[in-house]
Amino acid sequence: METISTLPPELIRMVIAVIIIISFIFLNAIMMGYLERKIAGHVQRRLGPMEVGFHGILQLVVDGVKLVAKELLIPINVDRTFFRLAPILSFTPVILPLLVIPFSEKLQARDLNLGLLFIVSMTSVNVMAILVGGWGSNNKYSMFGAMRAVAQSIAYEIPILLSMLAIILMTNTLSLKEIVGAQQKIWFVLLQPLAFIIYVISGIAETNRAPFDLPEAESELTAGFHTEYSGIGFSLFFLGEYTNMFTVASVATVLFLGGWHGPSLPYGEYLGIVWFFLKVYFLLFFMIMIRWTYPRVRFDQLLNFAWKYLVPFSLVNILITAVVVKL
Amino acid sequence: MGEENKSSLIKPDLKSYTERVKAECYTAVSDGGVNLDAGPLMRMGLTDKLLKLCQANSLWPMTFGIACCAIEMMGTGMARFDISRYGSEVFRPSPRQSDLMIVAGTVNRKLAPVLLTLYEQMPSPKWVIALGNCAISGGPFSVKENYNVIEGVDKLIPVDVYVPGCPPRPEGLLEGILKLQEKITGVRHPIPQNRHPDSPQRKVKGLEL
Repeated sequence: METISTLPPELIRMVIAVIIIISFIFLNAIMMGYLERKIAGHVQRRLGPMEVGFHGILQLVVDGVKLVAKELLIPINVDRTFFRLAPILSFTPVILPLLVIPFSEKLQARDLNLGLLFIVSMTSVNVMAILVGGWGSNNKYSMFGAMRAVAQSIAYEIPILLSMLAIILMTNTLSLKEIVGAQQKIWFVLLQPLAFIIYVISGIAETNRAPFDLPEAESELTAGFHTEYSGIGFSLFFLGEYTNMFTVASVATVLFLGGWHGPSLPYGEYLGIVWFFLKVYFLLFFMIMIRWTYPRVRFDQLLNFAWKYLVPFSLVNILITAVVVKL
Repeated sequence: MGEENKSSLIKPDLKSYTERVKAECYTAVSDGGVNLDAGPLMRMGLTDKLLKLCQANSLWPMTFGIACCAIEMMGTGMARFDISRYGSEVFRPSPRQSDLMIVAGTVNRKLAPVLLTLYEQMPSPKWVIALGNCAISGGPFSVKENYNVIEGVDKLIPVDVYVPGCPPRPEGLLEGILKLQEKITGVRHPIPQNRHPDSPQRKVKGLEL
């Protein structure tokens, strides 16, 4: 206890937060993978996983163990450094945004005054991982997947930032806690419906989910940027993807759906996390439903949609917001 | 004997090709890799058992349909038969992420090198199901005049489970996967815990079975 009390309390707090968040990331990936397969099954009038555990609830645990136990295969002609670096690069930066997200009024690892900017910069590192992995694999399918990912990400990061800007104009702050605090009376989704729609569409594209999953389009590019990855490398990409989805959904919750606000609960400053998680998982459910009910877009449609519709509409939205705020 | 000689004149020797590929693979292994097919260096009872259980219950097949048996394979993935109940609906397009190769159809001489490459690209541990008569023994192509069909995929790669039929019904493939699980763990899976629509325990009102 002596050593613990000499350490700065902020450091202990951060270590505890990081441990909780990392374990939550794994739990979230397991839950999301199970939900994904189960919802896919029921959308297609199948049952989905049924045998492993009650209604297949342990399916993803079993899959995880299998993936970890699989041979780690590094092909001969790959760039070994980049090939090994890419999954780590995809998995590590997705932990950091969760440190600044306010899960409830008092459950937040660190309230940065530039929180939103921090999240945006950290989530865009994921594209770097895809590029490094795709290029390092020395495989034409991986390379094409990586190139598509970069083009798509550049196109869709702009509408994301512009739709966030409308909220920032209204609240005058970049701190996530203060943004949620400003939604005490009315959620911003009611004041900024266009920005919310643009954010959700671009968020789905940003996380490479269907109908925008061109970097891993199975019919054209075997498995896209992770064609050459087996076992643990593939599962780290998988973890990165699901955590990114969680981050996008929780930022949408913070910005538009009122964060922890909801009907009051006992110990509201802590139990607000219940409302937060309900909203986040509703958005994630929505994303999964979209994946299993819509076909994939073509690449020119994808880029045209971003540049011709999303960017102009979000610019108009900012203009209107600025005028209204000024008045 | 004479007839065999004649047929070997018509068919170029594929065995040499297989041997060459195998030799290349094993040199790659001796360069510093570990041959995982040789089994683990250390055996730990319970851990091994759990690992086998996990591997048996998440067999991800490769998206690899060659001929008409592939239609039955697709049927197995669809709503009526639903391979996903056993956790194997994740048809991975990349051989690097798949555990199970379902050879669904006729393997001819032109496809043989492709099939070998795909098999070698799969990371260990890996399994093979030969689906249908063509993949087992050449099926209807196993005749004297045959010049291009490999009579049985087990001449190229080791096969774990054979599912006969021309083509086999989806139930056949499901049974093949259950047999493979039995082969991996030594126990018949699934341990019955959930009732299936097609299981014999199901009682339909007014219907005597």
